[in-house]
Amino acid sequence: MKKGKGIFGKIKFDILLISVLIAVGAVVLLFAFLNGQGGAYVQIKVDGRVTAVCPLAENRTVTINGINGTNLLVIENGEAYIGEADCPDKLCVNQGKISMTGQSVICLPHRIVVEITGEGQKDNSEIDVIVK
Amino acid sequence: MNKKSKVNVKRISVYGLITAVAIVLSWLESQIPPFFPVPGMKIGLTNIIVIIALYKMGSGSAMAVNVLRIVIVSFLFGGPSALLYSLSGGMLSTLVMIFLKWTGKFKTVTVSIAGGIFHNVGQILIAMLMMNTTGILWYLAVLWFTGAASGALIGILASLIVKRLPDKPFE
Repeated sequence: MKKGKGIFGKIKFDILLISVLIAVGAVVLLFAFLNGQGGAYVQIKVDGRVTAVCPLAENRTVTINGINGTNLLVIENGEAYIGEADCPDKLCVNQGKISMTGQSVICLPHRIVVEITGEGQKDNSEIDVIVK
Repeated sequence: MNKKSKVNVKRISVYGLITAVAIVLSWLESQIPPFFPVPGMKIGLTNIIVIIALYKMGSGSAMAVNVLRIVIVSFLFGGPSALLYSLSGGMLSTLVMIFLKWTGKFKTVTVSIAGGIFHNVGQILIAMLMMNTTGILWYLAVLWFTGAASGALIGILASLIVKRLPDKPFE
């Protein structure tokens, strides 16, 4: 490392601390993906109510009857995504694949929320609180 | 610092004012639609106030304003559970920022970045304890970096304001 007296010297500690923080963040990221507990279940909610819970491990397709339309949910190789939808904006299709606990795909026009839940949260049908 | 013996009316007003601004910023932020795919990712506008309080009014004031703000906002818009998450995040973040500022070796932006990160760390740690799961570890990893990014943004804004304010504007 160069021992500069100019701008670099003034923000030496800042660079050091930010580097350390980024490194620790990278370690957490690495650990999370190596140790990666993907979610265990796919939870389907229509208009706020849980209508179905499927294991993420089984490949299958599910037709979800939402408000004013249907979406086709595909569960494949431990990932879930919306394959087809008859909503106008197709935002849910474009949200891509999800596999980690807490991730979700949302279709607003049909009021559908597809969410990955963890082990032991299968019966968790109500949201306790929305953390802001 | 001065006039410790008497009840300082100006001081009380300033605390009220700055807490009110923090509450308004909290509300404003809750009105921003969540267009980012990660829930919990936010800008942290209130942190501008906490940083100004930290640099212009002292460590105790920064903590007091932030804790007051969190309690009031939770009672207004949230619930007891939201209060717990917000408090753990807010207090950890403020403590980290107080410590970094106290060392006197870091720029405001860096202090804010660390604050942004540890706000999320505090919340996720409490969430892990409450839900008794490590399944949200990936979430911590993502929020680590989003916290750093928003902390940097807020830090730049706050340092611009801190630079322009006189040394003891509220005393």
